[in-house]
Amino acid sequence: MSDITKKSLTELVENIKNKKLSSMDVTKAFIERSEKSKELNAYITEDFTSALDKAKKFDQKPNLDLKLPGIPMAVKDLFCTKDVKTTAGSKILNNFVPTYESTVTENIWKEGAILLGKLNCDEFAMGSSNETSFFGNVQNPIDKDLVPGGSSGGSASAVAGQLTPITIGTDTGGSIRQPASFTGTVGLKPTYGSCSRYGIVAFASSLDQAGPMAQNVKDCALLQEVVSTYDSKDSTSIDFKRNQYSKELTNNIKGKKIGIPKEYRVDGMPKEIEDLWQKGIQHVKDCGAEIIDISLPHTSYALPTYYIVAPAEASSNLARYDGVKYGFRANGENLIDMYEKTRSEGFGAEVQRRIMIGTYVLSSGYYDAYYLKAQKVRKLIKNDFDEAYKKVDAILTPSTPSSAFKIGEKTNDPVSMYLNDIFTVPVNLAGLPGISIPAGHDSKGYPLGLQIIGKAFDEQNILNIAYAMEEKIDFKNKITDWWIK
Amino acid sequence: MSKNSLEYLINRKDNQYEVIIGLEVHAQVLSESKLFSASATKFGAEPNTQVSLVDAAFPGMLPVINEFCVKQAIKTGIGLNAKINKRSVFDRKNYFYADLPQGYQISQFKDPIVGEGKVILDMPNGQKEIGIERLHLEQDAGKSIHDLDPQNTFVDLNRSGVALMEIVSKPDLRSPDEVSAYIKKLRSIMRYLGTCDGNMQEGSLRADVNVSVRAKGSKELGTRCEIKNVNSIKFMQMAIEYEANRQVDLIEEGKSIDQETRLFDTKKNETRSMRSKEDAHDYRYFPDPDLLPLEVSDQFVNELKKNIPELPDDKRKRFIDEFKLSPYEATILVSDIDTAKYFEEVVAKMGKNKDMKLAVNWITGELFAVLNNKNLEISQSPVSAKNLAILVNLIKNGTISGKIAKTVFELMLDGDKDPQKIVEEKGLKQQSDPKAIEVLIEKIINDNREKAIEYKQGKEKLFGFFVGQAMKASGGKANPQLINEILKKKLQ
Repeated sequence: MSDITKKSLTELVENIKNKKLSSMDVTKAFIERSEKSKELNAYITEDFTSALDKAKKFDQKPNLDLKLPGIPMAVKDLFCTKDVKTTAGSKILNNFVPTYESTVTENIWKEGAILLGKLNCDEFAMGSSNETSFFGNVQNPIDKDLVPGGSSGGSASAVAGQLTPITIGTDTGGSIRQPASFTGTVGLKPTYGSCSRYGIVAFASSLDQAGPMAQNVKDCALLQEVVSTYDSKDSTSIDFKRNQYSKELTNNIKGKKIGIPKEYRVDGMPKEIEDLWQKGIQHVKDCGAEIIDISLPHTSYALPTYYIVAPAEASSNLARYDGVKYGFRANGENLIDMYEKTRSEGFGAEVQRRIMIGTYVLSSGYYDAYYLKAQKVRKLIKNDFDEAYKKVDAILTPSTPSSAFKIGEKTNDPVSMYLNDIFTVPVNLAGLPGISIPAGHDSKGYPLGLQIIGKAFDEQNILNIAYAMEEKIDFKNKITDWWIK
Repeated sequence: MSKNSLEYLINRKDNQYEVIIGLEVHAQVLSESKLFSASATKFGAEPNTQVSLVDAAFPGMLPVINEFCVKQAIKTGIGLNAKINKRSVFDRKNYFYADLPQGYQISQFKDPIVGEGKVILDMPNGQKEIGIERLHLEQDAGKSIHDLDPQNTFVDLNRSGVALMEIVSKPDLRSPDEVSAYIKKLRSIMRYLGTCDGNMQEGSLRADVNVSVRAKGSKELGTRCEIKNVNSIKFMQMAIEYEANRQVDLIEEGKSIDQETRLFDTKKNETRSMRSKEDAHDYRYFPDPDLLPLEVSDQFVNELKKNIPELPDDKRKRFIDEFKLSPYEATILVSDIDTAKYFEEVVAKMGKNKDMKLAVNWITGELFAVLNNKNLEISQSPVSAKNLAILVNLIKNGTISGKIAKTVFELMLDGDKDPQKIVEEKGLKQQSDPKAIEVLIEKIINDNREKAIEYKQGKEKLFGFFVGQAMKASGGKANPQLINEILKKKLQ
């Protein structure tokens, strides 16, 4: 097996620009490794033939000024890709081929990247283990029968397993950061409004945000630079001055004030998570940053708030999958019967559970008690962060309360599954940027991540802190290629 | 006519009932493109030819507000003397239907773009004010077509996403006639503003009608029924008439009225229950997270206010004050913007020495009759305002008589001919030279000596005979007033 797939994005771009490697060399290497990695089940749809065509075309007339010149990459199957099947991990979109391209992927192709295929994910991004996908579990390259996290499980697995040099996921409550943490990779959830939602299959519109997943912070910064653009086709896209994140990246974080929220020290949190956090605190101190204890008093309400707001929006967003216009349709006696059969057969159990919760909390008589109250609490959670950011520049927390768990371990216990997102969910509710970086291993040798939460639009700052910490941590992901025979 | 004689009451034995009506008017915003997409909105296009990915609710598609539609709604709000809300919110109204691709309609529930306002009706017994509760923007649904195939229903999404203004009145209407006047007034205001074409045949204007009844003099409101989607004034009036009587009958029988949604069957002329309150949809309204609250600045609203044209009420007042028209005449002329435009053009073209009364009479008399006969709108009038003004001036300055004018008018209809030219070519100019008429009359008196003597002896009705003879001799062109004057002198 070639060393090409071991290289970081930054190295690959350099090699292509120096003409040491062609796009074809790189594309072939990742396809080859992907072909050997079927057991990970990271792909839903492979687009290898057309990827090779595109690589060939790129090499014939290479534009080396682009940011991702001839770089192959696979993307989460939640992004609509023109003429390539887009399923959102669901049976209900099993046969859906968009005639249009999402803004985020369009931005990537414009910078010279080449689509390898579409990566597995939890159905409609609802899940924390990639077990709700209609297309089956995804294996974590770290160990056999270990979940890669979710919902961007296929993306995390593909990056950690080196099936793609980088990827993009989406994060509604932790769906980039938690799988990044579970697979020893870097994942950034940008500020709400930073990346266009146009062409991304919606889960919860007020929380959904696309973001990069990579082997290291610099690669992550480069991809963020490409995907984050203002887009008039998304009314919630925000027109702010975006940095050249990779060019402006620095490990100088001297004097930065880093907040440590006491409420993130939750009951029953394993000691190794606490130890990891303390190590992280020491690292930022070593970099010359100042540690400040802060309080985010409404943290414990974040999860219940999230599990009202997100299902409410989802129940409405998923109403369009009704068998009338596109996607899966079951035959029925009449319109209502067709709806019921299509949606019963087309959606999996977790999606149905959330549609039911969402429908319930929006029902007349319950709206005020649930949805409206949740919106008020959401405001309080946001206020907590606003208060904290009067004192600090960023906040450091663990990414998850545990390392990756075994496939099947939590499938029958949705609440325990939901608890996985306890540290990531508040960030989505407040619309802030957050990045997870690998920071160590637990006793089983599984990776653990730390999360840096920033002020709105302050991606550069958290990338810088992550970059400085990355250097200190010097994390090595233990990938044994166990799945390659 | 006393005010009371115009009151609309339903009588049963000793009881009299008052009818309380409120309307929810759905007015299609006059706009080239839809509320949240760039698709066209043309009426009558081939099915599914004006549908974007947003309108068909494809995965990942997002709504983007059409600023023009927002302006149209605000202008309409200004026209309804209403409060413009600087912050409004789009909500999702969730329900499943085959012609509702998103599975929800984007509407405004708690925070509409326009708040309370009022509309003045000109009724035969005076003016009446009808309160406006609110105006909000919302998407129209597509159309299900059930009669093209025995097994399948077809869906046309051309209308899906078209912008509608829902204008909700307060329950201030009391009769089918007031409803008619209200709809006409709303339509008139919106046509003046150019915010809705008001075309009821094409469905640009339709209404849900809320009807309840109560014993005359009672202050409490009765249980109401909502009659859905009525698309003509006549049907609204028929539906109200039927529904009010149905409710009164129930009360008279000692039964109660169920709050429900009903449909008006135009063939049977009756309303039928569609769904009861218990079966009412739970629409699960919540703010659409794909759209930010809509915020407009004072400057934005003021800019629109500046460009609001003169509206029917102001125009009516001006016609009365400036042109000395009667309130009745003014109401007729302002009710339709094109009529008002035509009238004002006639006024302008008549120049300094104008006869307003004559102009009004010609427009509301001869011209309206022709338009009615030919089933034309005034904008399609075969006689231009300019030529009608010339004709009126020709009468006014005595060039032709009113009678000749009718002949000239007939000739003008064919190709909007210049009346001046017709008069010249056909030699229809009125004979107004007193000497010539005197000669003519002297000859007639000479030829009819015996009759002249009879007249002088007291047979006064012979005067008409002499007038007729004089007219005949002049070929109808002699100035009738001069004939009268000279005849009287000569026959003394």
